[in-house]
Amino acid sequence: MSGWQTLLYKEMLRFWKVAFQTIAGPVLTAMLYLLIFGHALEDHVKVYERVSYTAFLVPGLAMMSLLQNAFANSSSSLIMSKVMGNLVFLLLTPLSYVHWFVAYVGASVVRGVVVGLGVFAVSALFTQVSFAQPLWIILFAFMGAALMGTLGLIAGLWAEKFDQLAAFQNFVVMPMTFLSGVFYSIHSLPPFWQGVSHFNPFFYMIDGFRYGFFGVSDVSPWLSLGVVGASLLLVTLVALHMLRTGYKIRG
Amino acid sequence: MAAIAFQSISKAYPSPKGPKGTTFLAVDNVTLSIEEGEFFGLLGPNGAGKTTMISMLAGLSRPTSGRVSVLGSDVQTDFASARRKLGVVPQELVFDPFFNVREALRIQSGYFGVRNNGAWIDELLESLGLADKASANMRQLSGGMKRRVLVAQALVHKPPVIVLDEPTAGVDVELRQTLWQFIARLNKEGHTVLLTTHYLEEAEALCGRIAMLKSGRIVALDKTSDLLKAASSNVLRFKLDSALPAALAARARVTGRIVQLPAHDAREVEGYLAAVREAGLTATDVEIRKADLEDVFLDVMTQNKDSVHSAGVQA
Repeated sequence: MSGWQTLLYKEMLRFWKVAFQTIAGPVLTAMLYLLIFGHALEDHVKVYERVSYTAFLVPGLAMMSLLQNAFANSSSSLIMSKVMGNLVFLLLTPLSYVHWFVAYVGASVVRGVVVGLGVFAVSALFTQVSFAQPLWIILFAFMGAALMGTLGLIAGLWAEKFDQLAAFQNFVVMPMTFLSGVFYSIHSLPPFWQGVSHFNPFFYMIDGFRYGFFGVSDVSPWLSLGVVGASLLLVTLVALHMLRTGYKIRG
Repeated sequence: MAAIAFQSISKAYPSPKGPKGTTFLAVDNVTLSIEEGEFFGLLGPNGAGKTTMISMLAGLSRPTSGRVSVLGSDVQTDFASARRKLGVVPQELVFDPFFNVREALRIQSGYFGVRNNGAWIDELLESLGLADKASANMRQLSGGMKRRVLVAQALVHKPPVIVLDEPTAGVDVELRQTLWQFIARLNKEGHTVLLTTHYLEEAEALCGRIAMLKSGRIVALDKTSDLLKAASSNVLRFKLDSALPAALAARARVTGRIVQLPAHDAREVEGYLAAVREAGLTATDVEIRKADLEDVFLDVMTQNKDSVHSAGVQA
């Protein structure tokens, strides 16, 4: 293995060694949402014709778990290495900033996708989900995970304490994922909140992803692709700049 | 070619005291060259700038001005090549709690792109007394064992230049012996070693050449033997139960009951003892010994209270 491949492997080994916490836990949480919301709302909410509410919920929950875990992987790995001081082992190596980026984001994508797949595998016990356009599913899954892994990288570099990272997670990532249309179609919202939702990039990730399953969505998948792609490009440029200048990691 | 070359490097940090925007120089225009195969000691009191110099060498922080190179590779512009040639044992006892000892070494080796490194990893584990801890998680190791792993991690890519930043701070006698035997062997095999330590007897025993750093400047730089020669050649040492007469106190180093005074000849010794007797005191356990590096160190540090740059210290 070359240097960056070793870092990618190490980052994957890190979450794999605590798989109960990093994979099984999030899958179980998603299942609880599915059981409770599915049971409570199945007969009351109809989002799309021919799609049961529980089936509607599955892609949204899978994507939400994927996004949150991709973010958690890079951000928690970095903040732990910074707080414990073992980031120095990496700082002493010949790895370039591009290597760091590829390895940290790569491992985040893997964890996000593994958790997403886990949510599908378990939800198959409860409901049938169609796969209308599989390519869109794969595309949005990888782009969403990469976007959140990169955002986690930025947050991990920026945060100096666990507290700051938790604030980022609880006050930015959580509200934006919950308000992105995981549990509802934004068409059910009043016009004002529909408008607000269009400024939330998470909405496009979930809407585009869901299009892959049902072939219907709130906005065109191409628009979603454009928004997600542009967001990914933006956070990538920011993260690469931070790594290149050694933001908060090289004095 | 120099193994390590600091060329007019300075490092400014924002001043912790004083108005905002002011800076202080942790390292102040230091030029220092360490040749291949040397065992070099960098000494100085806390806050003298030793770790800052090592951080700049290792690429952990950037010089405000000046350049640093390792075997001809600039640590900023040619960082990948410089870091391959350099093995650094950090001062802080850090570790990654997710991995066991062998995993940590394999991973560190992998970062440098070194493949099939099992034999060398085994040799490192053996030489540093870690063989029976290879599959122990890093969390389970004692402080001394963690320190050994840090040394092994620094050496895992077989760097020709080795930097040890206070590797024996808080470490027991046995590990110190194991460690120094191993490092001395590597030095004999041609590795360059740069060492910072607080234990001056270690520096005296191991280092061929020594630089003393104070307030970010080099205040002494010479062969260890020449530094010892230049110092006042003898030290009068005795014990005293009461306070030392004022006339002597200015020149003496007092540690509890033990008083040490630099003495060049018998007359000086007689003078000291007479002063003690005249004060109505009795010196016990009187002995005269050769000056050691600690005497030189204290001498240099007190002589340079105003951080005067002594002449001719550039290598």
